[in-house]
Amino acid sequence: MNNSQLKNALLRLGDDALILGQRLAEWCGHAPALEEDIALTNISLDLIGQTQSYLSLAGSLFEEGIKSDDELAFLRSGREFQNLLLVEQPNGDFGDTIVRQFLFDAFALLRAEHIAQQSFNPEAAGIAAKAVKEIRYHFDHSSKWMVRLGDGTPESHSRVQKSLNDLWKFTGEMFISDEIDRSGLESGLLPNLEELKKEWDVKIDDILSKATLVRPEDGFMQTGGRKGIHTEAFGFMLAEMQILPRTHPGASW
Amino acid sequence: MSDKNKNWPLWEVFIRSRQGLGHKHVGSLHAADAEMAIGNARDVYTRRQEGVSIWVVPADKIIASAPEDSDALFDPANDKIYRHPTFYVLPDEVNHM
Repeated sequence: MNNSQLKNALLRLGDDALILGQRLAEWCGHAPALEEDIALTNISLDLIGQTQSYLSLAGSLFEEGIKSDDELAFLRSGREFQNLLLVEQPNGDFGDTIVRQFLFDAFALLRAEHIAQQSFNPEAAGIAAKAVKEIRYHFDHSSKWMVRLGDGTPESHSRVQKSLNDLWKFTGEMFISDEIDRSGLESGLLPNLEELKKEWDVKIDDILSKATLVRPEDGFMQTGGRKGIHTEAFGFMLAEMQILPRTHPGASW
Repeated sequence: MSDKNKNWPLWEVFIRSRQGLGHKHVGSLHAADAEMAIGNARDVYTRRQEGVSIWVVPADKIIASAPEDSDALFDPANDKIYRHPTFYVLPDEVNHM
């Protein structure tokens, strides 16, 4: 894995966390209950903490000079973000948010567990080791909500099943390997995505069966996030996220 | 679901802090079940490292003394100063008294 591949692998880790963290932050003040409002924003803050670590590390690998985590988060354009399409999907209703979180948490947990154990890049291992504890709680939180909603009332069941059906087309992208994933696998930094998929399936199937939900068929899978090709809602989200540092460069409080 | 049940039940939250010896009442919250109450308590009351252990108790399971009984319950202790162990000199080795 060369420097540029490592940099991109770290940017992907940071971008997944940043974009999902930003989406969850949009719930602040809007969640269905005060307790859940705090839960979602806590998760958001965990993710943004992970972002800071991964992007700072990635920022140290730019040939043209060190870039800060803030520069990378707030001054890149949409095409430069390499997050999964899944995490940029709009919040929708609470069920949509929970399904998005659940599908991602299971993946992120397995990925972080691998990175925490590898020795190719000890700094990334340190970040992942801290993240594993956080993501374990996120996965627990989203899993329990999947069961409550899926095995809840007829309305909650049908709505969360629809959320699952709608978001399923964004799950395939998590397991596609490109040159960066392959070099990451060779060096040991990144997990084998084919193997990881099997473990993900077990986690997902276990909770879906407890939630009495039907796992959708794998059909057409939407991809592009890893190449910087994003879905329509992404640009609007990015504009809102970046407006302050772009309007007032160097602003502080 | 009837209107009066629209809110999740109320739970009282007790946290044991890192230094503290016992669980201390810190507040209350709403949750649909015990598991969710623990999760919510973690999110609402331990965000700033306030605790290492959480108890949640359904608020309607707590039996409280009635405020109008407080004269009879508590005032008689007012003039029993001999019940306080302040007449003894404690050795330095004894903590937490």
